Amino acid sequence: MLASMISTIIPSSFYTTLFSRNVFSDSLIGSAIGSISAGNPVTSYILGGELLKRGVSLIAVTAFIVAWVTIGVIQFPTEAAILGRRFALLRNVSSFVFAILVGAGTVAILGL
Amino acid sequence: MGKRKSFGWWFLLAVILGNGIVFLFSHSAFTTSINLFVKILLRVIPVLAIVFVLMTLTNYFITPKFIKKHLKGSKLKGWLIFIAGGILSTGPIYMWYPLLAELNKKGLSFGLISCFLYNRAIKIPWLPLAVAYFGGAYVAVLTAVMIVASIAQGLLINKLMTK
Repeated sequence: MLASMISTIIPSSFYTTLFSRNVFSDSLIGSAIGSISAGNPVTSYILGGELLKRGVSLIAVTAFIVAWVTIGVIQFPTEAAILGRRFALLRNVSSFVFAILVGAGTVAILGL
Repeated sequence: MGKRKSFGWWFLLAVILGNGIVFLFSHSAFTTSINLFVKILLRVIPVLAIVFVLMTLTNYFITPKFIKKHLKGSKLKGWLIFIAGGILSTGPIYMWYPLLAELNKKGLSFGLISCFLYNRAIKIPWLPLAVAYFGGAYVAVLTAVMIVASIAQGLLINKLMTK
């Protein structure tokens, strides 16, 4: 119910206006936006593709896509209620950091 | 457990209140939101049935002794099972929480749970689409790096949860 509400009230254009073209801050923003977003991974691919076209770095876009699918801010209350608040908090916070590391690692391996 | 249950009810109440606010500001946004909710719910119901069957089977066959023998700690077999399980599992992530909580009660480490949840981000049916957007090399490298990250996160969570 919450996911459908968020998906409805946040327009797609919102995501493309936030990035500053700085690799470090964009990676943080990418991971942060991905964290609070919900929905099908396809949406993150489409938005990620758009962000790349607009000059956002591949590290930031990767952090965004990875955070989208690994962090569940919207699911957090459910995760905390069932698996424990400490675990849910540690998992989501570390997933935020790992999204940036995965972005940096992927781009470094590809040599881009 | 009582605390967890009441937290869930408060959360549900907050979401209903949120939808009420959306309704006050925009009837069309509310209708779109509810339609999407129904669509998600219809997609979720069949998966729920599968998860309930799996939970019943798990409850019956997977005893604490089994968990202790096969999955506890950082044995390679356990990690491989949970990496593959995360990648192959279907349905929304929150459908798996009760099953994982049940396994945790039987001795499954939080590290393996986090490894499973991280690998759920890798979805084989979506890979062709990701390749179409970003290229095969990128998707292959990203997938491999994510699997490595899932193990690193699992080890980290195991360390932090035992403190």
